[in-house]
Amino acid sequence: MDHDHQELPSDPALRVMALESLLVEKGLVDPAALDALIDTYEHKIGPRNGARVVARAWVDPDYKARLLSDGTAAVAELGYVNRDREHLVVVENTPERHNLVVCTLCSCYPWAVLGLPPNWYKSFPYRSRAVIDPRGVLREFGLDIDEHVEIRVWDSTSEMRYLVLPERPPGSEDLTEEQLAGLVTRDAMIGAAKVSLAGGSR
Amino acid sequence: MNGVHDMGGMHGMGPIALEANEPVFHERWEARTIALTRAVGACGKWNIDAQRHSLERIPPAEYLRMSYYERWLAGLVTLLADSGLVTRGELASGEPVSGAAKAAPPLTVERVAPLFAQGRWFERPVNLPPRFAIGQQVRAKKINPTGHTRLPRYARGNVGVVDRIHGAHVFPDSNAHFRGENPGHLYSVRFSARELWGEAASARDAVYLDLWEDYLEPV
Repeated sequence: MDHDHQELPSDPALRVMALESLLVEKGLVDPAALDALIDTYEHKIGPRNGARVVARAWVDPDYKARLLSDGTAAVAELGYVNRDREHLVVVENTPERHNLVVCTLCSCYPWAVLGLPPNWYKSFPYRSRAVIDPRGVLREFGLDIDEHVEIRVWDSTSEMRYLVLPERPPGSEDLTEEQLAGLVTRDAMIGAAKVSLAGGSR
Repeated sequence: MNGVHDMGGMHGMGPIALEANEPVFHERWEARTIALTRAVGACGKWNIDAQRHSLERIPPAEYLRMSYYERWLAGLVTLLADSGLVTRGELASGEPVSGAAKAAPPLTVERVAPLFAQGRWFERPVNLPPRFAIGQQVRAKKINPTGHTRLPRYARGNVGVVDRIHGAHVFPDSNAHFRGENPGHLYSVRFSARELWGEAASARDAVYLDLWEDYLEPV
């Protein structure tokens, strides 16, 4: 197998710096474009976009129906979310069904609506265990799923991306769409958490 | 290929480490790595499947030792060398070889926003109708290709039910090796947890995989 990692310095920070400088000198890369790409990843895509989709679905049943039948088109309707169009399927959590998204082969993730994935999603423990032991995995997230609830694990083996539509939390009836969006966490849209009135740090 | 990247169902990887209020990047070099990959990728010398395969070709022990972005960096170096954009001599010295051809104009700031807006689209028109129907039982073929594939080992040989049809999509097994997009019908197939993992698994639970028609056979 071709593999060249030892041809650059061993410290990844130094290796990237050396590689960037080589690519700039060769005219393959414009450093300003790198800054713009990083700014997009850090500030323009992220789970707030997905949270807006979820909140809209909670307050607008017609939108929710469109979202569940064609996630790609429904997300595109909310123009501000359409920063990195991708094939999207939205799967709904109910009292009888819990969905969990994984990519066992690499780390495919719905970047357009959630941004870049957290480390746990890319980790070997999650990638290896989510398909064979979803209930054990979810317990590590503090979620004990009742044995009568069906768990559906979605292994992202193609360019289809999966987003979980979490259950709207009880007691949220009087909240505005914007307030609801503020409660929706990234982990809830992967299926690794429920949405609560307290919000969350993941 | 039956690489260590195909880790669905493996044991021994330990507990899942969770982090509150996680930043998008933990180190600046991680951000530079993904930006470099996307910027050079815009030159069109490789595709997403070739990029995934560059990660799978990292030797197993190193794959397991490396962090996510270290793997991306190793993959980028492989892609640069394989595509001829950068020679191995240049990678070793860090200096451009004098007289080496300059590449096409690099990705500019102005093209970054359109790059994101245009997104990534893999559905293609095909003439043949899908071979399988929603609700039909299908078996994931027992195959062991040595190149890139998106059929995980844990599904091979098992029977599931077609849950939906996504249309025809670019076939990774050929696209990763620059042998054409060869689009094929893509199915979401539901496998019961017991079919995959045996009687100890929950009778209610299921795993859904997106599988190309080439991966499937009738039952």
